[in-house]
Amino acid sequence: MIEVKDVSFTYPNGVEALRGVSLTIRDGDFVAIMGQNGAGKTTLVKHFNGLLKPTKGKVLVDGVNTQEVSVATLARKVGFVFQNPDHQLFCETVEDEVAFALRNFGFKERTIKKRVTWALNLLDLTEYRKTSPFMLSGGERKRVALASVLAWNPKVVILDEPTIGQDHNQKERLRQFIVQLTAQRKTVIIVTHDVEFVAECNPHVVLMAQGKILAEGGAKQVLTNPKLVARTSIMPPQITQIFLGLADLGLPTDLIDIHEAKEALLNFLEADS
Amino acid sequence: MSVFDGLRFRKVSSPIHRLDPRAKFFYVIVMFVIAILFGELLPLIVLFLMQIPFVFVAGVQREWIRSLRGALFLAVIIFVFNFVFGYLSPGGIPRIEPPVDTLSEYIILLERSLAMALRFAVLVESFSVFFLTTSPDHLGLALEQSHVPYEFCFAFTTAVRFVPVLAEEAQTIMDAQKARGLELERGNFIKRIRNYIPILIPLIVNAIRRSLELAEAMESRAWGATEKRTNLYALRLKKPDYALALISVLMLVLAVYIRLFLPVPPLTVILHI
Repeated sequence: MIEVKDVSFTYPNGVEALRGVSLTIRDGDFVAIMGQNGAGKTTLVKHFNGLLKPTKGKVLVDGVNTQEVSVATLARKVGFVFQNPDHQLFCETVEDEVAFALRNFGFKERTIKKRVTWALNLLDLTEYRKTSPFMLSGGERKRVALASVLAWNPKVVILDEPTIGQDHNQKERLRQFIVQLTAQRKTVIIVTHDVEFVAECNPHVVLMAQGKILAEGGAKQVLTNPKLVARTSIMPPQITQIFLGLADLGLPTDLIDIHEAKEALLNFLEADS
Repeated sequence: MSVFDGLRFRKVSSPIHRLDPRAKFFYVIVMFVIAILFGELLPLIVLFLMQIPFVFVAGVQREWIRSLRGALFLAVIIFVFNFVFGYLSPGGIPRIEPPVDTLSEYIILLERSLAMALRFAVLVESFSVFFLTTSPDHLGLALEQSHVPYEFCFAFTTAVRFVPVLAEEAQTIMDAQKARGLELERGNFIKRIRNYIPILIPLIVNAIRRSLELAEAMESRAWGATEKRTNLYALRLKKPDYALALISVLMLVLAVYIRLFLPVPPLTVILHI
């Protein structure tokens, strides 16, 4: 469980990135943190594994104050996949890359082998086991970065902009993957701009603007509120936009799911005829 | 990264900032040569102190101190090496016969090693004053007007321009690897150096990748299409610039004269230690 209590954070150059943020994320939650560029999303999640320590307030991870422990200790529980895989890949083979963190955490070589095989299999990377990560495509590198974090089986997985540069199939796989993780009672936190992706996944949404939390709630509740999302320079999902446009006909406006939308339209057409 | 901070230009106006980069560079080279001419502590102290007024006139004290602090580590290494090797094989002027055993011999050795460390500090000091008070644009312009081929000028200004970008990227990479359990401060000296491999490889790979992208982007915008480039701004040497150049020449002549014709006694002799 992650508890953020009235946290403010100012970067050394004087930029106030967080202003009194409070948030509770329970075990097994699936949370999407959304908001415009510079809203403080990444700054906030960097507090969850201690990369940043609050200037004011405190962050508790499983009851432990992040001020008091090292990043490495927290990282064992909280896995953080960075936006750009090129910021972490450095080994000669994909296998070594995935094993890197396991070695840092002092796993035994036999366990490391098993975990690596498991993680590569999970992300469909087994055929690249001996390939250099630098030879892989962008999407594959992103999966290697993800595998290298999932390998140590952290309780919480943070994904910073996981959908950037991914094609539709990859996004769909990512979605299924997140569903799998949450089914295993893992906490998944994504930072994203991708409204359509969020609409499909239907997580708990935390909407941020100017270092503050603007709103929090179900994806449906937050994303279908046009006034709210307008304040963060994101648009409601396309489905919602259509239904907002058709509101005069008496159609519901709180839809984000394609299937629900189809149902609502069919009902409407039936009633009409 | 503090050494980089010490070389980072900040746009302000002062008499030193307004000087022509060519005149300032000539001054830096003269300081460089004089520092190399003397291995004794006394003239190096004079050289070091002499530049402090420049720093204050330019109003860059804070950054300047930061750059010196960044250079401290290397200065200490220089001191230690000189002391150890000076102990193993002394000589020099005044000549010390091995083995080094009397107090006065130790003091002479100490003074020599201090002088070497201070020589390094003088070099860093003058370069730091130069880079802190010269905008990269002016520097590029100065190179161009000194008939350096434009390709080289461009490569140089681009390199300077990307230093802060690289520093920022290094920070992100450090965060990404820390999130995978890397502890930079752990282990003995060798281990600590090895800890930086996961930081350096992504940094270098990304820098190379970025330079290739930059080259492609520039060529697609017709870089190098015109043989003869013209500039909106032209640098012109003004009175203060000539004055600085003249002072530099006089200093150089004086230094060479002292070196050739006057004895430079060790500080210990002057102070009767």
